[in-house]
Amino acid sequence: MAVVFDRTNGLVDRPTHYCPGCTHGIIHRLVGECLEELGVLGDAIGVAPVGCSVLAYDYFNCDMHEAAHGRAPAVATGIKRTLPDKVVFTYQGDGDLASIGAAEIIHAAHRGEKFTTIFVNNAIYGMTGGQMAPTTLIGQKATTAPYGRDVEHSGMPLKVSEMLSTIDGAVFVERVSVHNPANIRKTKKAIKKAFEIQLKGLGFGIVEVLSTCPTNWGILPTDSLKWLETNMIPYFPLGNLRMPKEVE
Amino acid sequence: MSKVLMKGNEAIGEAAIRGGCKYFFGYPITPQNELPEYMAKEMPKRDGVFLQAESEVAAINMVYGSAGAGGRVMTSSSSPGIALKQEGISYIAGAELPCVIVNISRGGPGLGGIQPSQADYFQSTRGGGNGDYRLLVYAPATLQEMVDLVMDSFEVADYYRNPVMIVGDGMIGQMMEPVEFREPKKRELKEKTWVTTGTKGQRKPNIINSLALDPAKLEEHNFKLQKKYNEMEKNEVMYENTNLENAELVVAAYGTTARIVKNVIEELKEEGINVGLIRPITLWPFPTKAFDEIPDSTKALLSVEMSLGQMVDDVKIASNGRWPVHFYGRTGGMIPEPEDIKSKIKEILGGR
Repeated sequence: MAVVFDRTNGLVDRPTHYCPGCTHGIIHRLVGECLEELGVLGDAIGVAPVGCSVLAYDYFNCDMHEAAHGRAPAVATGIKRTLPDKVVFTYQGDGDLASIGAAEIIHAAHRGEKFTTIFVNNAIYGMTGGQMAPTTLIGQKATTAPYGRDVEHSGMPLKVSEMLSTIDGAVFVERVSVHNPANIRKTKKAIKKAFEIQLKGLGFGIVEVLSTCPTNWGILPTDSLKWLETNMIPYFPLGNLRMPKEVE
Repeated sequence: MSKVLMKGNEAIGEAAIRGGCKYFFGYPITPQNELPEYMAKEMPKRDGVFLQAESEVAAINMVYGSAGAGGRVMTSSSSPGIALKQEGISYIAGAELPCVIVNISRGGPGLGGIQPSQADYFQSTRGGGNGDYRLLVYAPATLQEMVDLVMDSFEVADYYRNPVMIVGDGMIGQMMEPVEFREPKKRELKEKTWVTTGTKGQRKPNIINSLALDPAKLEEHNFKLQKKYNEMEKNEVMYENTNLENAELVVAAYGTTARIVKNVIEELKEEGINVGLIRPITLWPFPTKAFDEIPDSTKALLSVEMSLGQMVDDVKIASNGRWPVHFYGRTGGMIPEPEDIKSKIKEILGGR
């Protein structure tokens, strides 16, 4: 019988610590599959963030470097400038990338650093227990926004992809989601494209992946997928915001 | 090789390149800017990489990435900038990566001023970042000593897989002196099997990390680090003892301050007062054993610093109650006057 689905060699054979219903596992697998299919696992160096995916270095089957909160793009810059022929990526959550690490991601994009960022946006701080993120939606409750996020108090949710797409060095910017199989396939396509752009040396690429947090949203995994679709996508619209001319 | 006249900060840059530095990540701050400027000019010509980061925080994390990827890497800054780098320095020490960090220090606290100061002694020798870690800290007093130590520091960092910090001050960074670039002292180095350079499918993934959620494992890691720091204390201590024979009083001073004290010692000799000098070259490990050479003729110790008494703590620990320890210091970028140091010494020796 033909094998239609198998585990990827891009991940090590180890159970993850993620909560039931969390979509980090799917996104990890897609990144692993892309690295494997592109034949670059042996040349890949990943940078793990602080947050729920802090232990990503235990799951990817390639060399990994753990970074301080928000600093993954600076660490990746150091790696890529030292080893320009390697495939370097950062895997970061919204607290890590959009809050404490906003300067690092903007300037890595601005310099056109030739690495790839996988940005997982679930609109909340997961690991520290459900505090408000820069991406938390208006009215969305979080432990540090117990009455729901208020624009007057905390501003509008930060649209990272739109912001980065104004920067010339960011040659590939796409927002995708993993709330259903069709979109999971689109997510994989975008991640692969971002890595291909790195391999061509065209500049900085980022894939923002809308993701769920059933535990801290306080709803069932299936309801989380629906909540993402109904609430997150209207504010964080899916689609490509920047594509290099050479690739279009 | 003949001597060349160079400005301190530029001499550091040249020494680093000759010591094998291939990657430099920095951010401008006075009074060390000639160093990154020198690297910006020279690195592209000499098969190296210079990159100006968006902040000190980013710069030290670029160092972290580069060191993990096997690069011989350096950064430099001045006091408030080094304060910003402390987060990254703690991570680098925790992950056991080699790198060289230069602090051309200035007056503080806060934004402070831009004149020379030694008020970063605690920041350099007591950690500054979080956790149980140590840096090897050199404090040269002349540009020749500076370039020698900078050249050797990359080997030392690689040998211990630990950051090495070089502390100068605005005076040393800005002054000009003739220097000779010698060959760096080579050490027997192990192959860097731990680097993140890609598995090539030939080995298991390498992980550069300072996270250990299991406290028993973290304690074990800290014990391992401590063992390394003990090795440094045993093997890396450097100091200079001057004029100790028949000294009535011994001054402890380092860097620029030690140069001033040396002049004071000569002037006091003419007045018939014998004063010795202990000059730590490594601030950490502190040269406690230098104090064993103090003769019976010595009645008191005096720590002279461009700070309000930071090294004096180490001098007290090293003296271990054997002598009374006095202190004289200026701060904020003020440089101790020889006359004031002389008066202090005479005051301690008591109306002789």
